[in-house]
Amino acid sequence: MIPRARGSWRQARWNEPLVYELGSPNNSGFICPYSNEDAELERVLSTTPEEKLGRMLRDRAPEIPGLSEIEVTRHFMRLSQMSYGVDVGPVPLGSCTMKYNPKISEDIARDPRIRYLHPYQDPDTVQGLLEMLYLLERWLAELTGMDRCSLQTPAGAAGELAGALMIRKYFMDRGEDRDEMLIPDSAHGTNPASAAMAGFKVVRIPTSENGTVDMEALDAALSERTAGIMLTNPNTLGIFEDRILEIADKLHSIGALLYYDGANLNGIMGIVRPGDMGFDIIHLNIHKTFGAPHGGGGPGAGVVCARGELVDYLPRPLIAKKGNRYYWDYECEKCIGRIRMFYGNIVPLIKAFIYIAMLGGDGLREAAIQSVINTNYFIALIRGVDGYDLPYDPKRPRKHELVLSAKPLKQETGVTAEDVAKALLDRGLHAPTIYFPLIVDEALMIEFTESEPRRQIEEYAAALREIAREARHNPSAFKQLPKNTSVGRLDNVYANHPRSVTPTFRILRRRLQGEQLSL
Amino acid sequence: MRLPWAPAANEKDRREMLRRIGVDDAMELYKDIPREIVLEKPPGIGFGRQLSEWELRRIVDSMLRKNKVYTDPPPFLGGSVCFHTIPAVVDAIVSRSEFYTAYTPYQPEINQGLLQAFFEYQSLIADLLEMDVVNVSMYDWSTAAAEAILAAMRVTRRRKVVVAGNIHPERMDVVKTWLLGKNASIQIVDFCRETGRVDLEQLGNIVDNNTAAVYVEVPNFFGVIEDSVDAIAEAAHKRKALFIVGVEPLSLGIVRPPGSYGADIVVGDAQPLGLGLNYGGPYLGIFAMRWDRKLVRQMPGRLIGLTKTIDGKEYGFTMILQTREQHIRREKATSNITSNEALMAVAAAAYIVLLGGGGLRELARSIWLRSHYAAKRLAELEGVESPLFNGEFFKEFVARFPKPYHTIHKMLLEKGVLGGLPLADKPPLMDYYSALFCVTEAHSMKDIDKLVEAIGEAL
Ligand SMILES: Cc1ncc(COP(=O)(O)O)c(C=O)c1O
Repeated sequence: MIPRARGSWRQARWNEPLVYELGSPNNSGFICPYSNEDAELERVLSTTPEEKLGRMLRDRAPEIPGLSEIEVTRHFMRLSQMSYGVDVGPVPLGSCTMKYNPKISEDIARDPRIRYLHPYQDPDTVQGLLEMLYLLERWLAELTGMDRCSLQTPAGAAGELAGALMIRKYFMDRGEDRDEMLIPDSAHGTNPASAAMAGFKVVRIPTSENGTVDMEALDAALSERTAGIMLTNPNTLGIFEDRILEIADKLHSIGALLYYDGANLNGIMGIVRPGDMGFDIIHLNIHKTFGAPHGGGGPGAGVVCARGELVDYLPRPLIAKKGNRYYWDYECEKCIGRIRMFYGNIVPLIKAFIYIAMLGGDGLREAAIQSVINTNYFIALIRGVDGYDLPYDPKRPRKHELVLSAKPLKQETGVTAEDVAKALLDRGLHAPTIYFPLIVDEALMIEFTESEPRRQIEEYAAALREIAREARHNPSAFKQLPKNTSVGRLDNVYANHPRSVTPTFRILRRRLQGEQLSL
Repeated sequence: MRLPWAPAANEKDRREMLRRIGVDDAMELYKDIPREIVLEKPPGIGFGRQLSEWELRRIVDSMLRKNKVYTDPPPFLGGSVCFHTIPAVVDAIVSRSEFYTAYTPYQPEINQGLLQAFFEYQSLIADLLEMDVVNVSMYDWSTAAAEAILAAMRVTRRRKVVVAGNIHPERMDVVKTWLLGKNASIQIVDFCRETGRVDLEQLGNIVDNNTAAVYVEVPNFFGVIEDSVDAIAEAAHKRKALFIVGVEPLSLGIVRPPGSYGADIVVGDAQPLGLGLNYGGPYLGIFAMRWDRKLVRQMPGRLIGLTKTIDGKEYGFTMILQTREQHIRREKATSNITSNEALMAVAAAAYIVLLGGGGLRELARSIWLRSHYAAKRLAELEGVESPLFNGEFFKEFVARFPKPYHTIHKMLLEKGVLGGLPLADKPPLMDYYSALFCVTEAHSMKDIDKLVEAIGEAL
């Protein structure tokens, strides 16, 4: 081994000013195309926008700084160096499936034969792209055991909204007045939020001691008002709902429907299908399971799929094929309409096409298995480490993710899950998801996916072990962490206080001019 | 089998990991799944086997070859999405994988760069719109409009919404879908067949004390700039309804910003700001509000704010007002949105500062001149009404031809020209003879002459 610099990891720290402090409205790094023609155009038109716009003319240029290209480049390059994604190190955020994003996908996504296509171009001029989307739709339907999929939904949550609206419309058409949606207390916040947006009352179903849906509570909740249940399986504890077939029977027997939140598909793809579990409508998170990047929050893509009668309710248009020709099918007798404009977030969808094409069915299954091995290997490494425990049936294998509780550590030392997260950041490791699911105190929700090398998983376990040890020696030091990131721990009270909250430079400008602004 | 993007699958590692877990076979980790639904073998999807990069490239290439790309001249298709130039530096910035492989910055200290870029996006859009609070993004213009209406219904506790009948038809569809579960009543205001503008008198009559919001687009679907925005604002505010305006951001280089005429909520799409066409997405839904406690508490989506370190010594950025959001508020959240279009916000921010306020004005002017030149040249052709509406327009305009437009469109395609958007099946016009053209900075006078000439030959 070659000798290396001693000391800890340090993130870049540029003290980079805001663009407002760097540029001035009179500067620009942009040369407007064909600007040599503008004078000629004014002559031919014998008028100007200033003349014609009248009272709708903006009286002066926007108060926006301009920068030269080199300044723009440096500014954002420095900002990128103060950012952290999967290409920098592990981002084991549970529920987020932060897997590696293949470079070939980025490469292909920039192909002008995708980028320069206008959504209203004649379908005959985009047959190649439609073919890819068609195959993707078929593959996803096959992988999940559903009949048809709509590629329209731009994210998982939009898929949930579509699904909830489909359920609503389905019962409306049948003249049934069902207004309750059952949702486990371990569910992601988007589930109840989506149900509420579709006009449902949310009925919370508790989790049993072994980490799955409490069947007695479920029975008690079922009634003629029940429209359906929204479930993810494996659930957010990483535990497979082993009584899923029973649950499906219970709901179907009273005429209610099952919605599947596909955010947690990664550990079971190619092994078991939501369609076979009895789900009627599902969504998939293309940016989680199928290798499209998260982009610092988006764009992702959702896909919503349905079985049987529910296919009629899917958002339109659907990708279709007649003979050798691909086209968009707008036929919508019962459908909920459109969830967004056009056909979907095409770029992430193409990345999913590439991901599936390169892995094939066997490869997807292999990826699922590897992700589950990684989860359980990590559990084996962390088991018995003082300070953390694995609530809900610790002997039972987890699937794509696991949820530790740092409650023992907090009770013993006062160091919280958030402090543990900051201590991980200080070691150059991204923190897990914390405080979710809500049913676990001091939750640390960890998902390595198939992408993390064994060595990295071991390093992560070692870091958590070391953190627990340090917490016992010097708990107060934790409140000052992180120290090695580009900025130290941030003040949430100041950030959100009505008299200091500052969401834009426009507000900052006014505050600096001495205005008292309160929100 | 070797997984291309997962390193741990070598035999020895796997054996050792399984031993440590305490199982002999990985499938033992799945034994809690009911036997009858476990697949015997994985579905035969993909191309029946694993592919190398090279094989994949060739397959993709053979497919993409069937797509037709129009760059000479660039497309004249309108419909809210137009062909614009993308500065190379914008691509370079969003290709930084520290940005694009990151998740939503839940841990602000390690993602200050992303957060600052988002804050800058919010700030730049705020100054463009002259609005105070802008979120990191909605999915697109249509879902932003739907969320704005939902927010207005919560703020006012009213259920009636008044929507201009000349907004983009797909946005109208989306709004209807999103309101399916809300018991809302959507009232559509007619537009004037001469100007293409919303019928102000009718609007005034429809807005009442049950109205949550009035939604108009400036420019509207026809590219026409509504010029009675002050009166519409007054009509809405008189009844304590919110005024929601949809905008095309580049137009604001020369067109009055909605903040200056009383908009309460502004929505739009950043697609023209360096995001490309991509056959319909991803784009970025702009969402902005006035500085008003009651409004901002109902804001959907992620917001970034300036803050200090706990020792008070330094500034930094973090997500703010999160108690509005689904992960905390669940069924009482202002929206279900979590993943959004954040990377597109970085692109838009880079694009906007590359231009600067002056550059934006210059660009908007140039687009105005070019689109007017095209409309004027088309009008010189016999029997062509161009623009069909006499309301002042920006970038897009409707032209009406003496024969069904789709036959003209076909002949243009044969000449390699992607013409206007046929309006035969597009509400609210539904006219076989009309098309919606979009002319941008990407079109030279020569390109426009070529279009006009080709149409002339097709007539
Ligand atoms: C379990 C679960 N469900 C739903 C979602 C929502 O998906 P999206 O972020 O794509 O809207 C997420 C992720 O955010 C999730 O983890």
